[in-house]
Amino acid sequence: MRNTAMNMVHKLAARDERVLYIGSDPGAGTLRAMSKEFPKRHLIEGISEAHIIGMSAGLAMEGFVPYVNTIATFLTRRCYEQVAVDLCLHNLPVRLIANGGGLVYAPLGPTHQAIEDIAIMRALPNMTVVCPCDADEAARLMEKTLDWTGPIYIRLGKGGDAIVSKAEHGFEIGKAVLMRPPGDVLMVTTGIMLQRAIAAADLLAAQGIRTGILHMHTVKPLDTEALLHAIRGIKLLATLEEHVPSGGLGSAVAETLIDKLGSGLPAMLRLSLPDRFMHNYGSQDSLLKKHGLAPSAIATSIEHAHAASRTSAPQLHST
Amino acid sequence: MIQISPHAEAALTCTLDERSLYLRRLVLGSVRSAGRGHVGPALSLIEMVRVLYDDVLRIDPNNPRDPHRDRAILSKGHGCLALYALLADRGFFPLSELEGFCGSDSILGGHPEYGMVPGVEASTGALGHGLSIGVGLALAARMRERSYRTFVLLGDGEINEGSVWEAAMGAAKHGLDNLVALIDYNKLQSYGPTDYVLPLEPLADKWRSFGFAVQELNGHDVGALRTILKQVPAVPGKPTAIICHTVKGKGLPAAESNADWHHKNKLTDSELDAIRVAVGDF
Repeated sequence: MRNTAMNMVHKLAARDERVLYIGSDPGAGTLRAMSKEFPKRHLIEGISEAHIIGMSAGLAMEGFVPYVNTIATFLTRRCYEQVAVDLCLHNLPVRLIANGGGLVYAPLGPTHQAIEDIAIMRALPNMTVVCPCDADEAARLMEKTLDWTGPIYIRLGKGGDAIVSKAEHGFEIGKAVLMRPPGDVLMVTTGIMLQRAIAAADLLAAQGIRTGILHMHTVKPLDTEALLHAIRGIKLLATLEEHVPSGGLGSAVAETLIDKLGSGLPAMLRLSLPDRFMHNYGSQDSLLKKHGLAPSAIATSIEHAHAASRTSAPQLHST
Repeated sequence: MIQISPHAEAALTCTLDERSLYLRRLVLGSVRSAGRGHVGPALSLIEMVRVLYDDVLRIDPNNPRDPHRDRAILSKGHGCLALYALLADRGFFPLSELEGFCGSDSILGGHPEYGMVPGVEASTGALGHGLSIGVGLALAARMRERSYRTFVLLGDGEINEGSVWEAAMGAAKHGLDNLVALIDYNKLQSYGPTDYVLPLEPLADKWRSFGFAVQELNGHDVGALRTILKQVPAVPGKPTAIICHTVKGKGLPAAESNADWHHKNKLTDSELDAIRVAVGDF
């Protein structure tokens, strides 16, 4: 996914001279082909993220479309004020390409694990937050970033995520993709949780529980219309995210339902990481598994919640 | 301890001309109307902003977004009363707006906002942002082959921020000789003296070692400011830093080098009388 997104920056640069790549201190050879073809628009600016955000703002004020790239935690935690003031307050078209969203950097520990990035980015007025599920979708997303008004936070997984998105779904920022029609249950996912959701839905189908999947690649602005349409007739709504419970996809969905429905809410299960830093290493998969986000655990959680939802009044479940 | 340079000594004793007094009357009139405002940080800046807007910047108040205009960012956004006075006086918006400072229907807040105030190039107030934005503007001029210059006004307290020094490294890396950093070195920040809060010396050496061509002068000396600002870049291929030795609260004896006048929430009758004595009726 990351290489695809990077290569798309090069392709967009070939098409549009407003496009700049700005890296902090990326891996050796990042976008080398672009650096050779467009050396003036391939900028490596050092480990100075706060400055890079402000510099990108200045460039965007003058008509450029900077694609800023570094590790997700540094784009979010380290220079939050620059993102808020320089980018969002001025509503400038800077694209933040965040490497290693969620637990991609599991072996590197909590400093590199972006587990609250969606929450803090979606709190910012004018910010758009997008979490593609695979490389193909990342490519379609990048096509749409060229002329989008305002800043975008692009949360990338790692290389090699299974391709589950389909070209016929196209890609519109802010438009969810209905991957499977809802049955008794609807899962709403973002990023690479889609792959886990598909596997979990298959396990649930074997148990006789029909489970739809709404892929919310854009967490902000949330596709309210698609969400309200997809929950018609369901008994249980489950959100899946590689993120702490506060402020991410589950929060966004719950807030939207409360704002739009007020009452008559479906039973809801928010599946997420716990509200704490990960003090384990291993791999992204192993940490997801440890915290109940492997397909089998997701299926079991939904099965239990589904059973409870048939015997009790609608309620919001905590993780 | 801060070394007292001849420029700093000169700033203390510098006599202000009628235009400098007039601009101070505008600033203090806004403070009187609003009942609040950053007085000291604005009064130290007046001559720097005055020379920029009167004599240096290529700008057109009737076309404030002219792509060929020079850019100026007040990174120390709390000094905005000086900027507002100059912008109003130069016709970017009516002088009557100054009376609405910080009011609910005003375009003029306690920190300048882009899109609200004609002539304001960036929203500032959170410190340490302006030089990075200025690097982006100057780099864009280079890439677009445009001849505009970018001036960034920084506070001495503001340059406590690490992001300023990140930006300084970036400016030097790119050899942005179309970028000028003006440092309002009044040696007093909100809590107290800069040499107590966070010592900056040797300040000129710092900027020099970061790759800037450095000039130092009395920041209230209109003639000296005019001469130096008309001769940028000081060294081709290098960004310029101009250290302006100033006096916080300059022109208002009660406020000079007095941290109590960093921000005022209310002016008493005796303070209003003291202002009249210092700058005339306002």
